[in-house]
Amino acid sequence: MIVLAVDVEKQLGALHLTVGFQATRGATALFGPSGAGKTSVVNMIAGLLNPDRGKITLDDTVLFDSRQGVNVAPHRRRIGYVFQEGRLFPHLSVRQNLDYGRRVSGHPRDAGEFERIAKLLDIGHLLDRRPGKLSGGERQRVAVGRALLIRPRLLLLDEPLASLDVAHKREILPYLVRLRDDGGIPIVYVSHTPAEVRRIATTVVRLAAGRVTATGGAELLAAADEDAFV
Amino acid sequence: MFDLSPADWTAVALSLRIAIVATACALPFGIAVGWILARRNFWGKTLLDGLVHLPLVLPPVVTGYMLLISFGRRGPIGAFLYDHFGIVFSFRWTGAALACGVMGFPLLVRPIRLALEAIDSRLEDAAATLGANSVLVLFTVTLPLALPGIIAGVLLCFARALGEFGATITFVSNIPGETQTISAAIYTLTQVPGGDAAAGRLVLVAIALALAALIAAEVFSRRAATRFHGE
Repeated sequence: MIVLAVDVEKQLGALHLTVGFQATRGATALFGPSGAGKTSVVNMIAGLLNPDRGKITLDDTVLFDSRQGVNVAPHRRRIGYVFQEGRLFPHLSVRQNLDYGRRVSGHPRDAGEFERIAKLLDIGHLLDRRPGKLSGGERQRVAVGRALLIRPRLLLLDEPLASLDVAHKREILPYLVRLRDDGGIPIVYVSHTPAEVRRIATTVVRLAAGRVTATGGAELLAAADEDAFV
Repeated sequence: MFDLSPADWTAVALSLRIAIVATACALPFGIAVGWILARRNFWGKTLLDGLVHLPLVLPPVVTGYMLLISFGRRGPIGAFLYDHFGIVFSFRWTGAALACGVMGFPLLVRPIRLALEAIDSRLEDAAATLGANSVLVLFTVTLPLALPGIIAGVLLCFARALGEFGATITFVSNIPGETQTISAAIYTLTQVPGGDAAAGRLVLVAIALALAALIAAEVFSRRAATRFHGE
């Protein structure tokens, strides 16, 4: 079943982005070299960047449609977004960061859900710290938890491991795999690292220079490994 | 401690009241103008920036005189405010607060603008994806992150308002109990024979208040800054 359908165009400086793909349940990897337009695509899905033309639908909801003039504001899309650099709020504690989405939406506290996610990501012991006092791996786990606690309809992960060293990458990957397997939330995962994509992705969308060059399973990665991008 | 006369106390209390009211009323405008200057690009931005800074570079007596001809009872703005709302500025303490607010405004706006420019706007994007509308983003992310700059601006504006002399005396004169601030009282005392002792006492009060404001600024901004870097 198709969960997310993207068909967008945008001129970004010299790069003309024309991207169309569909994502089902599980994890869809947007895979390609730096500058291919991967982050721009997820920003458009989140509503942080407006396409020049096109349409984005999530489940039955049209998020963006240039022809009908539809453009749902980012704060109404309920799409969890984990950024490359985490972007935790430095003036709030870990607990307040995790609670942020619930507080701004005015939803009642759900201690069970909070506990479950803190346990899933193993961040229960960090709750009273400030983001400035966390390691890179801890920060990204909190960022994932913060995105999950808005009960997202879709989870966007933009190179969540890129800023981490190898040890921390190994520390986080299992959490992401667990998330894919028991979360039930569809994931769009941006990466330029074949090893990561192979661990996480159920579907691979290859991007190069603003275009989709192939769509399929992990077999695309074998060919990609031989490509000259790092 | 300072052995002040009742008249001196009146001047001190009036100065504090004027400075607090001036700063409190200027603050929302200072945040709004600081935000516009930090975040928006538009035709005439340089002009707005110049206008905001004008009270800093003009002789205070010029600012005071311009307030007098625009906000005085027969001035265009002053007449409008009196006819429609019954608000009077000329020769009232409220006029002194207006003069002090205008004089302190550039000092208020500048640190706020710099603090807002230093904020990583990607944090605001993150807040939006978590469900915060633009008003909530402003109050839960932008302004808390700009807090050290807001505190610095408030205390600079307050200190400026406390010491303002030229614009105030030009606009609302020097009326004991109504518009005679510490500065104006010291000026009056230095003009009469035998006023030196009383002037000296008020000078000590002025120094104490200014020092207290500076120390408070230091303590508050350090506390706000450490909040961002953990315990």
